[in-house]
Amino acid sequence: MALGTGCTARPGNSRNNKTGSWRVFRPAFINERCTSCGMCRIVCPEGCIGENEEGLPVPDYDYCKGCGLCAEECPSEAIEMKKEEK
Amino acid sequence: MHAQAFPAFGVERRGAPVQAFVRFDNKKIRLRSQIYEPDYIIVQDSTLIKDVNVFYGMKEGGIAIVNTEKGIESPVPKGVKVIMIDATSIALQKIGLPITNTALMGAFAAASGEIGFTALEDAVKRRFRGDLATKNIAAAKAAYDFVKGAA
Amino acid sequence: MLEITEGSLAVADAVGKCRPQVIAAYPITPQTHIVEALADMVANCTIDAEYITVESEFSALSACLGASAAGSRVYSATTSQGLALMFEVCFNCAGMRLPVVMTIANRALGAPLSIWNDQQDSISLRDSGWLQFYAEDNQEATDLHYLAYRVSEDHNILLPSFVCFDGFILSHTYEPVDILTQEEADRYLPRFTPFQRLDAEDPISFGLFAAPDYYMEFRYEIDQAAKKALSVFPKAGREFAELFGRDYSGLVESYRMEDADCALVAMGSLCGTVKDAIDELRDAGNKVGLLKIRTFRPFPADEVKKALSGVSRVAVLDKNISLGSKGAVALEVRDALYGSQIPVHDYIIGLGGRDVRKKDIARVVSLAGEGKGDLYYGLREEVLK
Repeated sequence: MALGTGCTARPGNSRNNKTGSWRVFRPAFINERCTSCGMCRIVCPEGCIGENEEGLPVPDYDYCKGCGLCAEECPSEAIEMKKEEK
Repeated sequence: MHAQAFPAFGVERRGAPVQAFVRFDNKKIRLRSQIYEPDYIIVQDSTLIKDVNVFYGMKEGGIAIVNTEKGIESPVPKGVKVIMIDATSIALQKIGLPITNTALMGAFAAASGEIGFTALEDAVKRRFRGDLATKNIAAAKAAYDFVKGAA
Repeated sequence: MLEITEGSLAVADAVGKCRPQVIAAYPITPQTHIVEALADMVANCTIDAEYITVESEFSALSACLGASAAGSRVYSATTSQGLALMFEVCFNCAGMRLPVVMTIANRALGAPLSIWNDQQDSISLRDSGWLQFYAEDNQEATDLHYLAYRVSEDHNILLPSFVCFDGFILSHTYEPVDILTQEEADRYLPRFTPFQRLDAEDPISFGLFAAPDYYMEFRYEIDQAAKKALSVFPKAGREFAELFGRDYSGLVESYRMEDADCALVAMGSLCGTVKDAIDELRDAGNKVGLLKIRTFRPFPADEVKKALSGVSRVAVLDKNISLGSKGAVALEVRDALYGSQIPVHDYIIGLGGRDVRKKDIARVVSLAGEGKGDLYYGLREEVLK
């Protein structure tokens, strides 16, 4: 069976469930305007924004649902929501 | 005329894939199982096509309406007519939100001929009031005209 | 007036027209739309009721219990885990002889967590003293609420009722429902006349302590009252039929049972699918019929026995399982047929929302023909290894 006795599962399996495909809008990060304040990483409900060595945000589009909170909260207007082409 | 419409939810979260089914008939509909051999299908999000065989059970002469901007690559069963429409853009333009239901209903009315546009308009007016009704009817009409024009 | 509407909304409309004075409920999938609609009606003053918002199902039914004891017509609705949380209060409502009516949008119980339909929730309360009525479609689900108040509030009964309709399969389905007007509803269901009530001018206490020398007698009286519903329910059904033409006077209902060789027995929305399957099986020359059970509590053993007396075999479709034993409906049917030589085969089917198709019904009929029963229908092979 896919699940163990008692309907158990090992931790971390939600990573297998990629939730980014239903996005209508994709956040595009404009690094030139970014001040590396980290606000986008804090407000992302999916926790799918990381950072690179230069402190710039790196989104994981496999899990980004396109909610737009990061763009809404970005103090430098460095994130634009662009329509996905499906 | 009898009708039956019901959803089949997956997990309870916004955006998760769901299915919904509709039957219509001249006699009372007693059957409660899901639909396995649809005459028509409507695919609201074309990215699902790679995960789910949306065409499963379709027969020759069936019509599939797919919401897509760039088209689909997957194989389509023989004799099934595929109508592609960018309902998301229509909805964004007419309603201001990426909610495609009414646009796709317009596309369905045009593609299938099963329901007239006036009936659809009445149904939308029963569901929404005022400005929202006007916007949704506009979305349905744009999709209806697109499919009629394309046909 | 015939309207295409969602099952939950049709039920809420009927409940509103039953003029409940107090509603207390806690939202839970798939019951939510009912109580949302009723909250709207109360907020918009389209019905004259007190809506008590509560923090749990336990509180919801406790509030109903108090309000009913105070002499109000009361309503609640729940399902699954919500009903499980009400367990204690359910027994108290019945024991205090309070005619509460509650809709159950039938749903499976966890664990594993499932929001989908089966009838395990209400079946698990079968010993609580609540009357249980099961609806095949949304018309029946709607109408049964009027009957439920009539039966529950009858001074010879005074027991609470569940109106059970399958979660999602009925609660979330849009289909045509004949909606009664308020005037029509009033003609059928009079204002509530409590048998007794909490009254500061004439005080009484409910649900007191009974020592071993009296407890059994109280239980006996509850049981007797439940059994009286076997005659009160048909009467309420006949009166409904006289006014509105839809006949719910049968505790059971037979479909194409004349000359049937194999009888299927089912409750709830499954009956619709079974009827369609039977038409196809009959066309192919199979003598198959359906016995639909409308009232599971009280259980109409005599009617079941009479209806099944001429068949060669019975196949019971159970959307529940009494773990460690069998399906609850099959156990009742077997008991009703005790002493006859008719084999009763049990099929556990459609648990946790597994879809049941016409071909599944046909397969059950052929399994029964081979004498293969008492099994879970359609299990994944991997658990059978």
